[in-house]
Amino acid sequence: MTDPSPWLTSQRPASNLADVLERVLDKGLVIAGDIKICLLDIELLTIKLRLLVASVDKAREMGIDWWEYDPSLSSRHQRQLAADTAKEVPS
Amino acid sequence: MTGARYVYAIGRPLDPAGLAGLRGIDGAQVHQVAHRDLVAVVSAAPHDEAALRARLERLDELAVVARAHHAVVAAVAALTVVAPFRLATIYQHEHRVCELLRDRHQRFEALLDRLAGTVELGVKLYMEDSPPAPAPAAAGGSGRAYLRQLSQRHRRRDTEWQHAASTAERVDTTLGAHALDRNHHRLQPAHLSGVSGRNVLNAAYLVSTARVSEFAELASRLAKDEPAMRVEVTGPWAPYSFAEPDGGQRP
Repeated sequence: MTDPSPWLTSQRPASNLADVLERVLDKGLVIAGDIKICLLDIELLTIKLRLLVASVDKAREMGIDWWEYDPSLSSRHQRQLAADTAKEVPS
Repeated sequence: MTGARYVYAIGRPLDPAGLAGLRGIDGAQVHQVAHRDLVAVVSAAPHDEAALRARLERLDELAVVARAHHAVVAAVAALTVVAPFRLATIYQHEHRVCELLRDRHQRFEALLDRLAGTVELGVKLYMEDSPPAPAPAAAGGSGRAYLRQLSQRHRRRDTEWQHAASTAERVDTTLGAHALDRNHHRLQPAHLSGVSGRNVLNAAYLVSTARVSEFAELASRLAKDEPAMRVEVTGPWAPYSFAEPDGGQRP
């Protein structure tokens, strides 16, 4: 493989995991719109997986809590809130 | 080839030799799916969707998958302009990936044009932990002296924090003026990064490839006069933080 740029030489092989995670989980291109538009045809796991990743207590421990502010996940957030409220206020 | 495809990034077509031997998630061979002058960099998706999901719920496995994703993105970014996808974007069939490139051709074209010749640099600013102040002498001292010491300690901490915040703003403003775009990440808690000090700025800047060294030098110089502050520059990264069209426009 040719290496024409200063890229890989300066890219530290073992980047800080937090730096990698915040980029691959929180940034990067999301084709979320397709889920709504082409629900029948294109099956993307991204959103489902993000929900699952987000559900991990570990993620919260790590300070990864962006899903709580992510509008595309807000319905889940709302449900969670509702569930929490239901728990706190027994009917 | 049939079956689901894991998408790492979109980019410009590249010499297939550049991808020879490049392995992605679960060691799957990476290849490109082309449509006109766009490609998606993909590999066969892990067969067991449920297993993949389960893995992503475990931090150690999540780290392995994230690093595999990142390794492919970084390798391809060294060869051509890319817009990285978020982790775990999977299409049911390769032809769906092709359709994605076709349907969003214009948008992807514009995105790659914007990202061509650029890299992302991460800049983090830390406030070093201040030496522990002498504990207020509870025993022996008067109650008033104790309270005075306590309040002095709080005031000192407030001042330090305000100073750190204004330094962070100054650094960010200066670097932002030297970058094509910028985007902020969440501040990293020390227990996550394993780095000493308090993270007061965690930003990404989109920088022309030709100006990487210059920018990194500027960044490390900006807090030189601040003994309590430390700058850390990471990258160059593929432009993860600028892959969304509005990535740099967030408030």
